[in-house]
Amino acid sequence: MKSEYLKKDKLLILEITEEIDHHTTEKIRRRADYEIERFMPRKTIFDFNSVTFMDSAGIGMLIGRYKMAKMFGGTVEIKNVNPNIKRILEMCGVLKLVPIVNEV
Amino acid sequence: MEFYENEMKLEFLSKSNNEAFARIAVAAFAAQLDPTIEELADIKTAVSESVTNSIIHGYEDCEGIITIECKIFGNTLNIDVSDSGIGIENIDIAKEPLYTTKPNLERSGMGFTIIESFMDEMKIESIVGLGTKVSMKKMIKREEVAHV
Ligand SMILES: Nc1ncnc2c1ncn2[C@@H]1O[C@H](COP(=O)(O)OP(=O)(O)O)[C@@H](O)[C@H]1O
Ligand SMILES: [Mg+2]
Repeated sequence: MKSEYLKKDKLLILEITEEIDHHTTEKIRRRADYEIERFMPRKTIFDFNSVTFMDSAGIGMLIGRYKMAKMFGGTVEIKNVNPNIKRILEMCGVLKLVPIVNEV
Repeated sequence: MEFYENEMKLEFLSKSNNEAFARIAVAAFAAQLDPTIEELADIKTAVSESVTNSIIHGYEDCEGIITIECKIFGNTLNIDVSDSGIGIENIDIAKEPLYTTKPNLERSGMGFTIIESFMDEMKIESIVGLGTKVSMKKMIKREEVAHV
């Protein structure tokens, strides 16, 4: 995972660079929580540009990060989601908590 | 015209880094049916869900063997994922959306719901103390029969 913090906007961007399953979520979760605690961002965006696969482990991971960010007064969004992953997010109702970034 | 048949069987340890191995192996086997990208994604997700279930629920903290058997009949792919783990007490409850016995591990309880919606059929057989078998079926809808 790559991370970038834009201080001016209090925006944390976390780019996930692996497939998301039960095996990989542990590492993603640890790193994301570390960055959220460190910066207390107003908004955290997960960039899914290089994520080619996600199963329901990703749902638990995203909801967990939503709760974590909320404790520090922030929100979570996702961007660059492929259609197959979007179907899972929709089916599980996650997009109400963690919406997809509005891109103009 | 001949009715196409093929089968394969995989056995591996319930280590979490085998989740990716299992779904990629099944996808590679399914490729001979010429599935769409979406159908392939459905299959990979369903395999990942059931293998993960065997690892974290079936075998919990111990290690055991997970077996995957795939059979192709015509344009249908059957996938059975089995473990010899703790088993499921009440299958109807386990299948309900959001039901999970491991919320502390950030599980969503959506595994079976996802399998049911992505595959054409799902059947669960389980005996407490003996293990669990999840049988799934996916029909690969080819637009036209170009060869054969
Ligand atoms: N192979 C298995 N062995 C034992 N219990 C299982 C197995 N698969 C599923 N379960 C039970 O069914 C429940 C629901 O599974 P699932 O829908 O995949 O949700 P999750 O994995 O997020 O808990 C699990 O919490 C577990 O109690
Ligand atoms: Mg599951």
